Amino acid sequence: MITAANLFGLCAAALIGLGLFGLITNPHPLRKILAFNIIGSGVFLLFGVIAYRGAGAGMAADPVPQALLITGIVVAFSATALAVALLLRLHDETGSASLSAEATDTESRAEQDTPSS
Amino acid sequence: MTELGSLALVLAVLLPFLGVLAGLVLGGRNVRAVALITILAGLAVVVSSAFSFVQSAQPLTYLLGAWAPPLGIALRADGLSVAMMLAVAVVVAGIAAYAWSDFAPPADGVEKRAPFMYWLLLLAVWGSLNLVFLSGDLFTLYVALELLTFSGVPLVCLDGRGETLRSALRYLLFALAGSLLYLLGAVLLYGAYGTLDIALLAGLVRPGPIAWTAAALMTVGLLAKTALFPLHIWLPPAHAGAPAAGSAILSALVIKGSWFLVVRLWFDVMPGVVTLSSAQLLAAMGALAILVGSIVALRQQRLKLLVAYSTVAQIGYLFLMFPLAFDASGAILINGAALDAGVLQASAHATAKAGMFMAAGLIYASLGHDRIADLAGVARAMPITVLAFAVAGLALMGVVPSGAYLAKKLLLDAAGESGQWWWTVVLQGGAAFTAGYMVLVLVSVFRRPSVPVVLLKRASRLSEAAALSLAVCSLLLALAALGPVPGDLISNPLAPKELLSTLAVVVGGGLLAFGLSRRSLSAVAAADDGYVRRIMGPAGAVFERMDEFARRWTSASVLLLSLAGLFTWLMIKGVAG
Amino acid sequence: MMDWLNLGLAALILGLGIWVVLAREAFSAVVGFISYGLLLTLVWVQLSGVDVALTEAAIGGGLTGALLIGAASRLKRTENAVSAEQPGTALKWLAAGLSAAVTVVLAVCVLALPEPAPTRAAEVAANIDSTGVGNPITAVLLAFRAMDTLLEAVVLVFALIGVWSLTPDRFWAGRPGNRQTADPNGILAYIASTLPPIGIVVGLYIFWIGADYPGGKFQGATILAAMWLLVIMAGLVDTPTISRVPLRMALVLGPLVFIGIGFLGVVSAGAFLAYPIDYAKPLILTIEFALMPTLTLILGLLLLGAPQRAVES
Repeated sequence: MITAANLFGLCAAALIGLGLFGLITNPHPLRKILAFNIIGSGVFLLFGVIAYRGAGAGMAADPVPQALLITGIVVAFSATALAVALLLRLHDETGSASLSAEATDTESRAEQDTPSS
Repeated sequence: MTELGSLALVLAVLLPFLGVLAGLVLGGRNVRAVALITILAGLAVVVSSAFSFVQSAQPLTYLLGAWAPPLGIALRADGLSVAMMLAVAVVVAGIAAYAWSDFAPPADGVEKRAPFMYWLLLLAVWGSLNLVFLSGDLFTLYVALELLTFSGVPLVCLDGRGETLRSALRYLLFALAGSLLYLLGAVLLYGAYGTLDIALLAGLVRPGPIAWTAAALMTVGLLAKTALFPLHIWLPPAHAGAPAAGSAILSALVIKGSWFLVVRLWFDVMPGVVTLSSAQLLAAMGALAILVGSIVALRQQRLKLLVAYSTVAQIGYLFLMFPLAFDASGAILINGAALDAGVLQASAHATAKAGMFMAAGLIYASLGHDRIADLAGVARAMPITVLAFAVAGLALMGVVPSGAYLAKKLLLDAAGESGQWWWTVVLQGGAAFTAGYMVLVLVSVFRRPSVPVVLLKRASRLSEAAALSLAVCSLLLALAALGPVPGDLISNPLAPKELLSTLAVVVGGGLLAFGLSRRSLSAVAAADDGYVRRIMGPAGAVFERMDEFARRWTSASVLLLSLAGLFTWLMIKGVAG
Repeated sequence: MMDWLNLGLAALILGLGIWVVLAREAFSAVVGFISYGLLLTLVWVQLSGVDVALTEAAIGGGLTGALLIGAASRLKRTENAVSAEQPGTALKWLAAGLSAAVTVVLAVCVLALPEPAPTRAAEVAANIDSTGVGNPITAVLLAFRAMDTLLEAVVLVFALIGVWSLTPDRFWAGRPGNRQTADPNGILAYIASTLPPIGIVVGLYIFWIGADYPGGKFQGATILAAMWLLVIMAGLVDTPTISRVPLRMALVLGPLVFIGIGFLGVVSAGAFLAYPIDYAKPLILTIEFALMPTLTLILGLLLLGAPQRAVES
């Protein structure tokens, strides 16, 4: 049977792919933020698998990756908090939550090159 | 390893952070003063670490907590770090001088949001950058990247308008995607080698599926954060929408952080894993950035957007050095002349771009708008500002003795030696494209206005001086670099050969501006609708469409993943073939 | 039997992940995400990462979930408008293909991980005694890689500064969130007056025990923050105004003490963030103690968001 490490490692790979799909295709920023968290948890799961494989010296897992994971989870939360705050403010200010470039296009494409007077 | 001399490295990182903490507590009334003290102290620390480095003639190391890697974390300063720290410190000081009056503490002593936040964010960016330059551990670098993103994003939407909030969100999301890809690569490296220390990894990493995947993912993630074309989705609106003092920070400084990490990764962690063909891809993206960025810059109607697209173009220059840094057999990257050129280019760009954004900001503040077509008479009304802009442009074009000139020279030599003639074409042609949008703006400001120019606000002398000083720094940067680089590389700027090539560049640029800019910028394009414009005009529009396509979220993210795949393939192919 | 449990967990997690990405409404996606986080906690336990499990449950599932649920309900009305921007089928297939390719490549990497796995466990075991703590993860976080933890605290401060920078000018220096009121005889008020003391004790215990057993300041701080938020939600206290100096001082206290002890290490033990042999554990505890209020406040304030009410004159 497949080992726990490999099982969850493959699971992590799948989660990262899933999250990437969600990030690319879902237009709503909140769903993108959710997709981020899925990717992030996939990356963390992979790191955890690596820690689990590194058991030894009387410890059930390599403590260095596990410690870094705790830092990573906290950093991911603060990133989510900032992104959510930004999204909510955007919504409060403009009434829409769209990220689309058309809504903020740098130049009005409609401006034609009319003959100058 | 932990002597007092190297303690400067720790201080270089912590002083700005302490400034942020102090500023947070002391409040809006005192934050500007706190920033001033921090900048002065930080400058001293950076200069002293530069001295220590030069004296010891080898990289400085500091073991944090007295624990050596792989258990602990080390700070390391080599020539690359020290040079970048110096450049950044100078630019930070210049930006602070520029923003001194813009973000002054309110007269009534009541804390206001924007000035308070600006100084905190400036110091935050500085500290994060120093951490990026000095950290020797991949995970600490991840934290540094996040610090940099958290400090840079709020600058974009500092004015609180809807469009800037949208640009900021797009920036944040794309930057976070980049960080995650970077972290994924770092995780894989730990899984394969059991350490995240750069020096240790350098001895351990071998080509293989994990190394290739990690290299591709980390590179692409960092490229997204550096906004290298076509992953520049977030840059133009973000940099154009930020207040000028913020755009200077974003363009000149923040993107250097992720660029620096690409350099560290390729040169120090994986020199044997990255292949010549993958480096060619990197530089090809750079060349495309120069081409598309410059042409779209020419098509802009607003000055700040023009400068933002010029950043897109200039970022391309930063990546031209990679294929030129391989050793004779084309197998391994070496720290040689090409890397020096890269650092020179980065410093030259940082100073010149900061100066350029500052000048654009002053024009915007004084006129109330920044429409290029309506800038007539500004040269007469704001001579120092226009001078700053022109000098910055000359510096970016590569006029002797600017940093860009020396960088180009070094790269041209390397291209000649390694027989990669195509980069010679890119290097020479790129200058003309830079000249293009410079000519566009300068012609516009030197026109005589039909009605006298009315200035809403007099630009502060300090701000103008800051803009001009940074631009001049960039123009004279080659002289500062004379130490490590042979002096005979800098020829006399007034010698006929140099003057002629400068003239050629300017004329080439003028032609591009004439052909590609919009009609409404009547100054240059007002000449009648000859067939040159009829051919080149639609070409300009094509490039604009390319830019717009790449700036859509779905296309950009698809491109992100495709490039990762391309990089992986080129690294595998390079080893086998 | 363990294998079936793992297989079941992996299948559920993947299923929930698919749900989160593909669900129609954001609210249901977020609910799926919270369940996902809880299951992930179990996975961590299976992978012998109890500390990580605690952090995942507290911050990954709990705080992040609360944050996202609040956002989902506020943004409910925007979903239809934005869903019109869905990419076309061709682009979706392309995205799916690329994501699948990434998964395949990563799977290859997972199976290519070296055996025996390189690990730092031996070094940690060899050096942990000089740090005075029994929990190896705490030793890594606060001794071997203390700089990362310091920087993590700075990251939190920067995130909070970023969130505060988003305040509309008219609300600057005001209070986050709306004024909450609850029926003083209702159940929410009842819970909010009886639960916090217990929660505070639990939180402090988890913080304290972290030196030698799974636990630690982040997990403890999350519980304390949750209690604070509960009390706010019930209207028993109001959110703080962000310009108050005591609040700001509490926010910077943790990092400042951390940096201070770091510099103390230069003088007494030869390097920044080094601890003299006999004083390692007390110093570590001091750092953690100073970080507790900072972390509690920042975690709570990040959840509360930017000020939405002006200061009353």
